[in-house]
Amino acid sequence: MSSTSKSPWVIHYDASSCNGCDIEVLAALTPLYDVERFGIVNTGNPKHADIFLVTGSVNDRCRPVIQQIYDQMLEPKVVVAVGACACTGGVFRDCYNIEGGADSAIPVDVYAPGCAVRPETIIDAVVQGLGILEQKRAALKAAKKAKR
Amino acid sequence: MDLISFVIALVAFALVAPFLGGLIKGADRIITARIQDRVGPPLLQPFYDVQKLWAKQSKPVNDFIGFYVLMSLIFAILAGAFFFAGGNFLMVVFVLTLSALFFVLAAFSARSPYADAGASREIIQVAAYEPLVILMAVAFYLASHSFNISVSATLEKPLICEIPLIFLALLFVLTIKLRKSPFDLSVATEAHQELVKGAITEFSGRTLALYEVMEWYESVLFLGWVGLFFVFSAGWSWFLALGCVIVVYFLEIMIDNNFARVKWQAMFKWSWLVTLVLGFINLFALYWI
Ligand code: SF4
Repeated sequence: MSSTSKSPWVIHYDASSCNGCDIEVLAALTPLYDVERFGIVNTGNPKHADIFLVTGSVNDRCRPVIQQIYDQMLEPKVVVAVGACACTGGVFRDCYNIEGGADSAIPVDVYAPGCAVRPETIIDAVVQGLGILEQKRAALKAAKKAKR
Repeated sequence: MDLISFVIALVAFALVAPFLGGLIKGADRIITARIQDRVGPPLLQPFYDVQKLWAKQSKPVNDFIGFYVLMSLIFAILAGAFFFAGGNFLMVVFVLTLSALFFVLAAFSARSPYADAGASREIIQVAAYEPLVILMAVAFYLASHSFNISVSATLEKPLICEIPLIFLALLFVLTIKLRKSPFDLSVATEAHQELVKGAITEFSGRTLALYEVMEWYESVLFLGWVGLFFVFSAGWSWFLALGCVIVVYFLEIMIDNNFARVKWQAMFKWSWLVTLVLGFINLFALYWI
């Protein structure tokens, strides 16, 4: 395990969630769950973040925002869809303005289901994301070497 | 101070300070977590962070930002080396200001609203603490009749006995220099909504890693300033200085956790008030008593 998976900094974006999942994301930072134990920091800045937590389903308005945040993040990066809405569109799936889950805008690596998602599920999803982060880091390193 | 001893100090400081600084930051994060009733990250977390940032893809916003941050780091190391080699205090102050200048340049070079706001605030912070730093140099001279830091080890009684009010003012200003709450205006760790990351918003990957390392060097240097007040000719005074440094840093963490960020106007007003009142009373006392 390299430092990449010991220091995953997250950025959290609320697409069009009901706020239920957002509150659970923040709950994971509270003393009870204390994700900083794993080196997880909530950065609020895509350029500093490694893991992108998206809550809520995607509509026409927020799609460009999600894509921009995703583009601003540096490799290696991982996207976690947090909550039923971000996974599939959830209860809002059939609304006229909803395009679907987070994967209708950007590639998603880990899906964390639940309505609202539980903080334990979020932590599990992030930890699963760490494995993918490691793989991507190794791939990046290999690509760099190949360039030379 | 001859060239060889300076080079030795430079190499020693460049190698040892980041370890100390990283450990201080790690301990800081653990203590902060405990104050908030959390467990907190491992002690070595700051090192993991920097290592990770170093391995990230490099995508600087322009060609200069990395150079500016590197210069800022190099001058911070030079300033620290001058200080711990027992060199001229004024030299330390000037070189450190140059480091701050490059940091502000780096922040401005990105031309993004958040980084701009952070950079302007950083300038205000420099303007807020610099008078005290200069007064401290003057007081140091009046108390020890030299600008050379090495004379502190030959003093009969520690500086704290001669210039205690300057020390109190330094404690006040230290919070600004360490960029801790309530004066974490330019690079706020807890101000996502207001400022994203302030001056370092556009730093990423290796640039951000260099910035983190610079912070480690800076914190070791500033804690050295605190220790300077307690060192005198007795050998055990070094332990006294170390103890006081630990107490002061703990105090800083407590302040960091117990106060909300103030507006820059308040920071400016208070720091000048504290500097002028405490500083001048102390200087006059030194001069005439
Ligand atoms: S999954 Fe449920 S709780 Fe979460 S945003 Fe959607 S509706 Fe709200």
